[in-house]
Amino acid sequence: MTETAAATAKARRSWKDVDLRAVAPFVALALLLVLGAFANPNFISVDNLLNVLTRSAFIAIIAVGATFVISAGGLDLSVGSMVAFVASLTILFMNSGAISDPTMTIVAAAVLAIAIGAACGLANGLITTVGRIEPFIATLGTMGIYRGLTTWLSQGGAITLRNPEVQSLYRPIYFGEIFGVPFPIYVIVITAAIGAFVLYRTRYGRHVVAVGSNEDVAHYSGIPVSRVRTLTYVIQGLCVAVACLIYIPRLGSTSATTGLMWELQAITAVVVGGTALRGGVGRIWGTVCGAFILEIVGNIMLLSNFVSEYLLGAIQGAIIIIAMLVQRSLVRKS
Amino acid sequence: MSSVSTPAPVDGVVPLLKVAGLSKSFGPVQVLKGIDLTVEAGQVHAIIGENGAGKSTLMKILSGHLQPTDGTTRIDGQPVVFSGPVDAEHRGIVLVHQEILLAPDLTVAQNVYLGREIAKGLVVDDKAMNEGARRAIRELGGDIDPTVTVGRLSIAQRQLVQIARSLLVPHRLVIFDEPTASLTPVETEALLKVIADIRARGTAVLYISHRLPEVKHIADKVTVLRDGRLVTTRDASGVEPVDMARLMVGRDVAKLYPDRAAAGVREIVLEVEDMSVPGYAEHASFQLRKGEILGFAGLVGAGRTELMEGMAGLRPARGTVRLAGKPVSFTNVHDSMKAGIAYLSEDRKGKGLLLAKDLKVNLTLASLGRFVRWWQVDRTLEREALDKAIAEFDIRTGRKDLLAGQLSGGNQQKLLLAKMMMLDPSIIIIDEPTRGIDIGTKEQIYKFIAGLAAEGRSIIVVSSEMPELIGLCDRILVMRTGHIVGEVAGDHMNENEIVVLATGVQAGEAA
Repeated sequence: MTETAAATAKARRSWKDVDLRAVAPFVALALLLVLGAFANPNFISVDNLLNVLTRSAFIAIIAVGATFVISAGGLDLSVGSMVAFVASLTILFMNSGAISDPTMTIVAAAVLAIAIGAACGLANGLITTVGRIEPFIATLGTMGIYRGLTTWLSQGGAITLRNPEVQSLYRPIYFGEIFGVPFPIYVIVITAAIGAFVLYRTRYGRHVVAVGSNEDVAHYSGIPVSRVRTLTYVIQGLCVAVACLIYIPRLGSTSATTGLMWELQAITAVVVGGTALRGGVGRIWGTVCGAFILEIVGNIMLLSNFVSEYLLGAIQGAIIIIAMLVQRSLVRKS
Repeated sequence: MSSVSTPAPVDGVVPLLKVAGLSKSFGPVQVLKGIDLTVEAGQVHAIIGENGAGKSTLMKILSGHLQPTDGTTRIDGQPVVFSGPVDAEHRGIVLVHQEILLAPDLTVAQNVYLGREIAKGLVVDDKAMNEGARRAIRELGGDIDPTVTVGRLSIAQRQLVQIARSLLVPHRLVIFDEPTASLTPVETEALLKVIADIRARGTAVLYISHRLPEVKHIADKVTVLRDGRLVTTRDASGVEPVDMARLMVGRDVAKLYPDRAAAGVREIVLEVEDMSVPGYAEHASFQLRKGEILGFAGLVGAGRTELMEGMAGLRPARGTVRLAGKPVSFTNVHDSMKAGIAYLSEDRKGKGLLLAKDLKVNLTLASLGRFVRWWQVDRTLEREALDKAIAEFDIRTGRKDLLAGQLSGGNQQKLLLAKMMMLDPSIIIIDEPTRGIDIGTKEQIYKFIAGLAAEGRSIIVVSSEMPELIGLCDRILVMRTGHIVGEVAGDHMNENEIVVLATGVQAGEAA
């Protein structure tokens, strides 16, 4: 009996200590699920939900990287263009026939994509840290560069995966299932789990949050601020590369408009997930939740009749503002 | 024999401001308990007390920033309730904030007139504002070009601008909240002159300060607060600084500085030769011995902080540094920390601690490598370290999951000290160790510093408080405009010697 009392006391205290800001996105997700079920019974079916989660994979994975960048007080506007650029180069490599064996082609392409993603991220990082240019401006610049290079590579048209052997071998990476769950969902979970481990558990993660919280304090504490910052952009680049690798088999093609506005969706997912845009706090699982929310809202609009799906952008814009207002009110209360 | 407590007659003896039974609670915490205070025109009335005694809260109530929970306020005998700071200002009460609240990118005149710009139609009248700002600053005995941006001014100059800004509105009572906390002796003296002028014009002044000799010097009346209660109000002529300190703390504080065993001549652990920090310090050379406490005195802007930061690898510097005879050079802080040098910044809130993070994160931030097990930061080890630090440095915190920003200034300083001691440094540089800290905690910090020296660590104390340097240090080096201009030690350790070196002006020469 004493044990139960102690347990309840403990539970009560921990309930009071729960950070509402961390919980809010999950509550919002639950409410959306209920709302969706009322709007259209088909919404809540397992097939539909798995489908929605699968489609959220790109933004969710990219947003995990964005959580690092934003937690450290940075910003990366170039991720959408980077997706187009990395995916285009990867497809061009697979089309080049440099390696005859289709399996080896895909493996080499994956390595290449990751190397290019990391390099693009490194470029962003070095421009902001060594070049001391505001992240907003620096990545606005690289956003134009990556997009422009893609347009040039595709000569204004599309870049399409041509080798049918590679195509059929690569297809399951997006369309395949394990135990009935689409493969991209595993990729989301694994990426987020690694991200959460790094951000919450490791020394580097602690440094990221310290740099975002107060750069001077981090510097005076002996933390290599520039290196920590630069690495967040590299992590962002790696996440973009991973997103590309599951994006390519979906359409088998890229164009100058691939990944358009994805940077805004990724930032929205991060902010809706409870990460502060000014840095210092990062919530990986909140971010993933934010990406789900964005995709689910679109899905509900598609399945219901009372809001035109052409208003999707407007609704997503409203979500980010509402999320900020809710966060602000929660801060004031606590 | 004492004055009777009947209502004052109408013929001008009505006090300017009279509060009675003033109380203030924040939730369940009562921070002010039944304060009675009378402020008269043409007087400087000092309010002293330890941190947390309720001084700032009282001042915020009197200036309309906070509403009292209970009690009455009368101006000229008429009961008033302030709806906010603007209302208080309309009634002639202005508060000069402790922090400097100016926009660094705007000019002096733009700041002075911020929010009450002079305009001709739709266009602001820069000429009139520049003239007005220049005149207002002149009246305070300063000479600052009203067209320079505030970001380029020294702290003392900014303060003058802030005061000029406050005094622009018609005022009858000016409240100064620790105005001299970041000023050097010379600047302080100038400010005290300004306050004397304000008083001479028939304005009442409420003056909050930790610096008791200053209070003794300037005040007509002294009110002591302790734990939210008014201890006493006396004529300043009747109380000495020692009495004030005793009244503030509620016990004897005759022994603020710890006794230290006289250290014999010990080996040199740090040798700095011809160190230059571009723009701040030039050709500085000094030595530090094992177990020694070495003071650095000088005016603000003399380059003390920058010299220390340059040596610790926090900013670019040239010169030779030898640790135990071996030449070293630090291109970043990490290297100097590894070599056993810890630097505690004077800017506790801006450079020392992550105010929005909890105590544990702050404590281990500089030494996180020690807490990594299997690539993970071990939170159990961190919690143990925090428990140990709380006990060792007497960090007073109700809960261990508080944020650093929720601690008082003194406890923040203890936390910062604990954080840097996690590095187990052999050389500790402490910049302004007791700025904005109450006298009880000061005594503790001094004891910690003396204790660390007794353990065989070597300590450099940079401070603008001369009594602190004299009470604590074995030797004091004095800097002026980027140069080390002299050393005082032994019998020569007194404020006069230091001031002469720091200013380059012989006492009496200026008069």
